[in-house]
Amino acid sequence: MHEKTIAQLSAGLAAGEFSSEELTRAFLERVERFNPQLNAFITVTAEAALARARAADQRRHRDEAGPLTGVPIVHKDIFCTEGVRTSCGSRMLDRFVAPYDATVVEKLNTAGAVMLGKTNMDEFAMGSSNETSLYGPVHNPWDLAMVPGGSSGGSAAAVAARLTPGATGTDTGGSIRQPAALCGITGLKPTYGRVSRWGMIAYASSLDQGGPMARSAEDCALLLGAMAGFDPRDSTSADRPVPDYTALLDRPLDGLKIGLPKEYFGEGLDGAVAQVVEEAIAEYRKLGAETVEISLPNSRLAIPAYYVIAPAECSSNLARFDGVRYGHRCENPKDLLDLYTRSRGEGFGPEVTRRILVGTFALSAGYYDAYYLKAQQIRRLISDDFQRAFQQVDVIAGPTSPTVAFKLGEKVDDPITMYLSDIYTIAVNLAGLPGLSLPVGFAAGLPVGLQLIGDYFAEDRLLHTAHRYQQATDWHLRAPAAFA
Amino acid sequence: MSLGPAEVAKIAHLARLAIRDEDVPAYARNLSAILELVAQMNAADTAGVAPMAHPLDMTQRLRSDAVTEPDQREHFQAIAPQVEAGLYLVPKVIE
Repeated sequence: MHEKTIAQLSAGLAAGEFSSEELTRAFLERVERFNPQLNAFITVTAEAALARARAADQRRHRDEAGPLTGVPIVHKDIFCTEGVRTSCGSRMLDRFVAPYDATVVEKLNTAGAVMLGKTNMDEFAMGSSNETSLYGPVHNPWDLAMVPGGSSGGSAAAVAARLTPGATGTDTGGSIRQPAALCGITGLKPTYGRVSRWGMIAYASSLDQGGPMARSAEDCALLLGAMAGFDPRDSTSADRPVPDYTALLDRPLDGLKIGLPKEYFGEGLDGAVAQVVEEAIAEYRKLGAETVEISLPNSRLAIPAYYVIAPAECSSNLARFDGVRYGHRCENPKDLLDLYTRSRGEGFGPEVTRRILVGTFALSAGYYDAYYLKAQQIRRLISDDFQRAFQQVDVIAGPTSPTVAFKLGEKVDDPITMYLSDIYTIAVNLAGLPGLSLPVGFAAGLPVGLQLIGDYFAEDRLLHTAHRYQQATDWHLRAPAAFA
Repeated sequence: MSLGPAEVAKIAHLARLAIRDEDVPAYARNLSAILELVAQMNAADTAGVAPMAHPLDMTQRLRSDAVTEPDQREHFQAIAPQVEAGLYLVPKVIE
């Protein structure tokens, strides 16, 4: 059963070929057998999953099942889950049991999805390799010596190794798309505001966005349909209807105009990755799409601007962790200042500390104009570049990541090199646009992702564009040999 | 811009973050490298460009001024490091 997609599992459940309880047991057995090699899970909720699966089966008997009822999923450990540890990969929240469900969790529960557990991630979603987690790195199922990408590395590895058919992730600068690319799965970062941030532990609030990760675009469409929607509890939630993302997947691609930004194919892009991406683009031409070269001239400014905006917002968001109401508290604080500083110093790892310090500096008196204001102006330039491009093309395509998965430990001590892994994904967050990564082949035996970028709220177009490619090719069906 | 150990210690204090003395030089090196990366922004002419705070330039919604949250003090205090008689305990602030 584990080789089936969500769409196939959903059909199997509807046809009575297997029950949700059987399905859930099958995936839990795989988690038990394979997770020790991968370290993709922080918490496995086996008993609760089986109870939820039995409830889903009863719901089906009552004829009240939807497409996700009884389908196993996992949540990135950044989403609050009532009664279940929600660690965010950090010592700060190692013993934090969330007192409520995030909106995304609540919505997927309502749809009848069955949570198998919570997945590993870079601490507070800050990282591109899943190596900053308190719980140790996740291993890439295609080669256990390699990183899975990050920060949603546990979700990506779990889907790639068929330990779950689908997962949630979050993406602040590439944290859904880059691990999806490095693990050979499909992942979608929706338009900012499309999916509620309520109960999703905040990193950089003007950039954070939750989204689905699964094997195929069709599966992402099913998951997004359940996750998206207006939420009055998130002040930046978009108040607009959620389309049926599965309805228009099968239209032909004839006449689709794909823009290829010349800045995404230049210096820094690995040659073998470039070749695989070119082949994918050639496949799109065969499918009836037209490709045109475009320019996003301010692309090179995205990483510098991001490393002001994200740390600034992070330093503000993470000020809440003070050791008083919840989270880690140091032993025997001698006074209140000592309680704050030691609880935070002990609770946060080095990458989180770095970003808090950069953000605190950038927002400190006298530096605001030179850093935060300048970065917000650059954000406008980047956004204007995309808007000019979308007057000319329907979708923008390019590599998701400049390289395939790199070795565990290779970049962990060099933050700047690590930051460059997100060179093609970060601008999309700054502009607030939707972006999707789909697997399009292999370089040196490791998966390569193609990134598709759409205009605001064009998730349906991205899913459609990816789905048509997946109807004509089978890259998304390839499984790592050790986990087939 | 490059930051020295004294500046890192000052920023850490502003952030209420205890950093071990032996880790300060490494943070100074990393932070200086990050600020060097960030300085690439200066190549862009942004005179007259309106800063973008929200990707969709939306304004924040206002909700009606009504009570929406029930009292869940006991539920929330169950995860607190130290409580007594419904209060969060911290070290004495006033001697």
